[in-house]
Amino acid sequence: MVYEGHGATDDTPTDGSGTSEWPLWEVFIRARRGMSHIHAGSLHAPDSETALQNARDVYTRRREGTSVWVVPSTAIAASDPHDEGLLASSDDKPYRHPTFYEIPEEVGHM
Amino acid sequence: MQPEGNWITRAPSLKRKAILMAKVQDEAGHGLYLYSAAETLGVTRDEVVDKLHTGRHKYSSIFNYPTVTWADIGAIGWLVDGAAITNQVMLTRCSYGPYARAMVRICKEESFHQRQGYEIMLTLSKGTPAQKDMAQDALDRWWWPSLMMFGPPDADSTHSEQSMEWKIKRVSNDDLRQQFIDMTVPQAEYLGLAIPDPDLAWNEARGHYDIGPIDWDEFWEVVAGRGPMNQERIDHKNQMWDDNAWVREAASAHARKQRKTA
Repeated sequence: MVYEGHGATDDTPTDGSGTSEWPLWEVFIRARRGMSHIHAGSLHAPDSETALQNARDVYTRRREGTSVWVVPSTAIAASDPHDEGLLASSDDKPYRHPTFYEIPEEVGHM
Repeated sequence: MQPEGNWITRAPSLKRKAILMAKVQDEAGHGLYLYSAAETLGVTRDEVVDKLHTGRHKYSSIFNYPTVTWADIGAIGWLVDGAAITNQVMLTRCSYGPYARAMVRICKEESFHQRQGYEIMLTLSKGTPAQKDMAQDALDRWWWPSLMMFGPPDADSTHSEQSMEWKIKRVSNDDLRQQFIDMTVPQAEYLGLAIPDPDLAWNEARGHYDIGPIDWDEFWEVVAGRGPMNQERIDHKNQMWDDNAWVREAASAHARKQRKTA
């Protein structure tokens, strides 16, 4: 099962009376150079430009980041948290971990 | 203006004004974090906002008290934000992820609010006798409503049992209230201000402060919408929502136009 997320698409008519009509954007922030962007939260905005402006105001008031991404929530396909099979496939493959192998003490650190 | 908003233009210095505006921006952000958390449960933003604007949504009863002097801004930061932090630190460990994560962010920022409030109280209490009186008066009016922020006694709390079972609340109303009292009394002593409770006393055996009876009738009146400022607050929210509709409409129109020309 795929979670489609909610929020309007580009074709959604909007009368502008409220903000729920505006698409939901997921906000990702890179805290420092060299780090990856991490999900910070979400917000509503009519377009990506406004979403970036709002993301700055809502999520980076204290220099929390050096870069911001906004992604329409509808563009995110998510795994089903109840589907344990999808991510459990490596449970029976302990040989993928270095601790699976015994190295004699005499050999030293490896 | 909301009662506390009036003080932005009346702050005693440019520094205090800038600080207050930063606090207001934080508080708006906190509202947005919580609305986002609520939306993850399937409700739309407009539904929740509409519920608030039509009086079908509860909000903290503390917002229904007037702010008549500058010292109230100090007392709100120190006591109201202090009480909020006590509650919210617990909520960072609650069982619902989106709510807990919002609380982590909120707690980081609330700490600034509490400290700036205490600093206002400290400045006033070291000032002229009139300034110290102003600080005492604010403490007199905000102390009991702050204690009420933790909700009714555990025995009378309608939602506590359920919330504790679901681990949304992890500490009871009375325990949180006690934690706040024990933390705040020494802070008031340092200011040289008196807590407005003749029964307040350190209980050696319990290792906590004992307090006098809380006026729960007042609490239930305010919760029921009959507090000093309930109507004004909701009316103001509605008026701002309507007056600023053009901003939302313009943003939508701009986005539509951009999409057409793209």
